[in-house]
Amino acid sequence: MASMVGATVVRKEDPALLTGRGRYVDDIQLPGAVSMAFVRSHQAHARVTAIDTEAARQLPGVLGVWTAADLEGLPATRSIPGMERPCLASDTVRFVGEPVAVVAAQDRYLAADAAAAVVVDYEPLPVLATIEQAMAEGAAPIVPGQASNVVMDQPLTEGDAEAELAAAPHRTSLRIRNQRLAAVPIEPGGCVASWDSTGLTLYATVQAPHPVRNELAVMFGLPQHEVRVVAPDVGGGFGAKASFYPEFILTAELSRRLGRPVKFVETRSENLVSMTHGRAQLQDIDVGFDDEGRLLAMRVAIVQDCGAWPDATGAGLPTLTIFMSGGCYKVGTIAASFRSVTTNTTPVAAYRGAGRPEAAYLIERVVDVVADELGRDPVDVRRVNLIQPGEMPFATQWPGIVYDESDYPRLLDTLLEHLDYEALKREAEERRRDPQRPLLGIGFSTFVEMGGFGPSPLFEQFGYIGGWESSTVRMNPDGSVVVSVGTSPHGQGHETAFAQIASDALGGIPMERITVRHGDTQTIQEGIGTMGSRAIPVCGPAVQRSSDKVRQKLLQIAAHLLEASEDDIEQDGERFAVRGTPGAEVTVAEVALTAYKPHKLPEGMEIGLQVMDYYEPTNLSYPSGAHACVVEVDRATGQVSVLRYVAVDDCGTVINPLTARGQVEGGLAQGIAQALLEEVVYDGEGQPVTSSLIDYQVPGAPDVPGMETHHVEVRTSFNPLGAKGLGESGATAAPQAVVNAVVDALSHLGVRDLDMPLTPFRVWTAMRAAEEGRAAAASDGTGPPPEAMRPDPAAPPPPDGMPTPPADGDDTWKVTP
Amino acid sequence: MIPAEFDYVAASSLEDALRLLGEHGDEAKLLAGGHSLIPLMKFRLAAPSVLVDISRLPELRTLRPSDGHLRLGAGLRIRDLELSPVVREQVPLLAAAAASVGDRQVRARATVGGTVVHGDPAADIPAVLVTLDATLVLRGPAGERELSAAEFFVDFWETACGLDEVLVEIVVPALPGRRWAFEKFRQRSQDWATVGVAVQETADGEHAVGLVNMAPVPWRASPVEDALRSGAAVPEAAGHAAEGAAPPSDLRGDSAYRAHLAQVLTAKALTTAGAGS
Ligand SMILES: Cc1cc2nc3c(=O)[nH]c(=O)nc-3n(C[C@H](O)[C@H](O)[C@H](O)COP(=O)(O)OP(=O)(O)OC[C@H]3O[C@@H](n4cnc5c(N)ncnc54)[C@H](O)[C@@H]3O)c2cc1C
Repeated sequence: MASMVGATVVRKEDPALLTGRGRYVDDIQLPGAVSMAFVRSHQAHARVTAIDTEAARQLPGVLGVWTAADLEGLPATRSIPGMERPCLASDTVRFVGEPVAVVAAQDRYLAADAAAAVVVDYEPLPVLATIEQAMAEGAAPIVPGQASNVVMDQPLTEGDAEAELAAAPHRTSLRIRNQRLAAVPIEPGGCVASWDSTGLTLYATVQAPHPVRNELAVMFGLPQHEVRVVAPDVGGGFGAKASFYPEFILTAELSRRLGRPVKFVETRSENLVSMTHGRAQLQDIDVGFDDEGRLLAMRVAIVQDCGAWPDATGAGLPTLTIFMSGGCYKVGTIAASFRSVTTNTTPVAAYRGAGRPEAAYLIERVVDVVADELGRDPVDVRRVNLIQPGEMPFATQWPGIVYDESDYPRLLDTLLEHLDYEALKREAEERRRDPQRPLLGIGFSTFVEMGGFGPSPLFEQFGYIGGWESSTVRMNPDGSVVVSVGTSPHGQGHETAFAQIASDALGGIPMERITVRHGDTQTIQEGIGTMGSRAIPVCGPAVQRSSDKVRQKLLQIAAHLLEASEDDIEQDGERFAVRGTPGAEVTVAEVALTAYKPHKLPEGMEIGLQVMDYYEPTNLSYPSGAHACVVEVDRATGQVSVLRYVAVDDCGTVINPLTARGQVEGGLAQGIAQALLEEVVYDGEGQPVTSSLIDYQVPGAPDVPGMETHHVEVRTSFNPLGAKGLGESGATAAPQAVVNAVVDALSHLGVRDLDMPLTPFRVWTAMRAAEEGRAAAASDGTGPPPEAMRPDPAAPPPPDGMPTPPADGDDTWKVTP
Repeated sequence: MIPAEFDYVAASSLEDALRLLGEHGDEAKLLAGGHSLIPLMKFRLAAPSVLVDISRLPELRTLRPSDGHLRLGAGLRIRDLELSPVVREQVPLLAAAAASVGDRQVRARATVGGTVVHGDPAADIPAVLVTLDATLVLRGPAGERELSAAEFFVDFWETACGLDEVLVEIVVPALPGRRWAFEKFRQRSQDWATVGVAVQETADGEHAVGLVNMAPVPWRASPVEDALRSGAAVPEAAGHAAEGAAPPSDLRGDSAYRAHLAQVLTAKALTTAGAGS
């Protein structure tokens, strides 16, 4: 019987989804349901002096309008204690898009009209749109009760590594801005709440229904069995649907008051200001290294922009960045600290990779800058620093952060086998000399990130009750199988992957005889949810274990029916036979049916074929890889084209090469888009400039380059499946591969660093600045151009390549200095 | 993203459309492909109380050659211009610009009349019409009037089309065999132009140059044409591309970058169209 784990299987969920038969939140039609709409602040920071809801109340079909004052006692959303965000702003609004009032009406259109008819008077307050403004002397704290806008200020190490940095033969510094991104799931946020005699039901487009149930139970003072949360088909989440949103509470509360189901589905424009953003870190790095580029010491100081209300997970994400800041290298010592800062912008939380892409970008840019300073090849500098396979598992300097088995040098070697690096370097050199041809650049990214989020002591810190996962496997009397899992998919293909795992563990039950269920707290045993690349590494072993136990019972019953010893029973798919006794056979269906006939079971055996099991991982897993990107840069316009993208990933055991490729490609598409296109931009008044998809530049299919994906499978010993997770690898790996390639293409001009996204405008501006710098250097004889472009490490100036603000005061694309 | 309430009427004929416009005055808006108007309504930047749908009127979806010209019905879809063998042969510049608009779904619904009357300087076809010295035929309560493209585009999102008028036809010169070029620079493959350049060799062998997204209106780069006329080589002539223009500054580029792009793209387009040779 061929193994299903590792087989290329077409996704079980696709026929329904691709033919429009998916069932998303907005498809849920409950009898008597009404629509909720928000009145959202269009001011970034202001005192609310009056809210006139009278006109709105008079409109046809309006059931009510509520402000914070009308909903006294309504719980706030969960966050760091003391910083909980109220569902509706009361006296002050703190970002554009913050809800000020809610309307319920007969339908969505009437609700929108009524929301537009609510008049809110604002008295503007000073807007702190950037972390610099928010941290400035005398800046008033945005969150009430806080001493300042620095809501977390944590050194993660005792020393500052100054001695080690000073002792290193070379040192340099770098300031990195990992720009703010929007998740833009194809299905925006939404939920439907309904009360009946059994309690509260919430259908919501979320990644983790059980935690949402737990929160709602606390907020409404209900026992958990009286709250049901259902995540139906979910059209993407990317981490942003792991946050808890005010609409969950508000639809529930309005439904309770109105005695009718209440639905809310956000529009795309709302989504771009309401759903949590991601990344938004400013990083200052000092690095000390030797002549070969060995990283001897590093100092990392991170400022995390939290937005107006610190998110429960978002505010602490720099800890993950710091834990991973050494990448796949042996860094002598790292001194690190971070500050999380509130600003008058949309709250920031997890986005595909959540803290680790920021680390991978940081260390991979550092390695390239070190190579550049030494005039060495970036591949060589990587090699001298890589952790060797013999050193795995590798305990980093951070307690509990132990990299599992992998072979980083082999990943890099495999990558180079797919890339004629020497020929590419020659071509880049030739093109540099031929002004008629676009420039060529090659960029590398050897990375490691975290997957398989758990174990419980770690995951508790993110507000979850545990870091385990659960699975129930039930074989029906006809031999078909239902697997219920505690993770909650939103595009990953769990229905296929878990069926593959169960198929193998059940001894070869065909895929079409297995159904996977998820996303309903009423029908699924306890669960945590899908985030942090945890479904396969954490829930996969739970499925494996519960399937295995069902199989043990099948074997016992088969042996009993065939009057043979269990050791002599062989399974061939859906048949059991006695080894060496031709004709002594029984089908799985016959065995399954027997399980439900107690009088035919062996003495003392319990009825049925159902096993629930949990799996708690021993540690995080550490997916890794080596990626390369080849770009072309148009000299005249600054436009970057990706010519090749080659990915070699180690996610441990590959369950399904097809869905694995989908995960890598999807992640790469987002990572490449971060490098080249995407950025959430606010103007100086805290007004979002990218509040529609005209300006927030998600790539279309033709903008995503072809990708070559390869795998090196080194099983992890941290879970029995050997799988490390793969969902976030692409987004973690790609940005620096692209940026390193573009910097490489421009390096002869003296460009040393560029800030994402590398739009044509930015690249052209950097090229022009570099050329002007060279011209000036040549005319006044201040030395070799590349040096002239380098910042003075003593006083960090704005990074090279930043466009200078236009004279007319247009700051729409303003960048953090 | 949810429009205010409005009524919808499908006009049964051009006359019916004019009558409905007269009846509802400035409360009404014509609806063609809806690809500019509906987004404005969703953002509540426009809130007409009546939409008069002219997208299905056969009399507006006509294409007639006449006397060295092509008469294009305002209801032609942009995709019609892209695919029509007549347009591709007689005014290939227009077909090329049409092919560059948005994506296939957008082109299949959006009309040439809609893109012209919407008056967005970032749109591709208006700049081509300015380059081609097209004539726009408007019908109103008092009958028909004709305007040149240069007269028609007044300001950002503002044209000379009256509230009670319907753009019925666009007349462009047929220029089979004449050289042309359309250069559209964009950040994403189906994006709007950061800057675009249209170049057409005219019947008398000169080169007309129009620019997309370089001013509040579709822009005719006369200084480039003048330079060519007085014998300048392509690089020199292209250096005048941004002269007198007023390019916007936004996330896709500041005005200096746009001015630079206009020069780069103009040089390329002039070369393709055989200028200065
Ligand atoms: C996703 C997307 C991408 C796009 N990309 C591009 C692009 O790359 N380049 C580009 O140039 N455009 C682009 N567009 C714009 C698109 O081309 C315009 O929507 C279209 O040109 C407008 O035509 P319409 O028929 O949809 O007009 P409508 O939206 O129906 O109408 C626009 C305006 O014109 C008026 N109107 C329409 N017809 C007449 C008439 N016959 N007489 C008088 N008034 C009339 C209407 O009342 C309205 O005020 C894009 C649009 C979308 C949605």
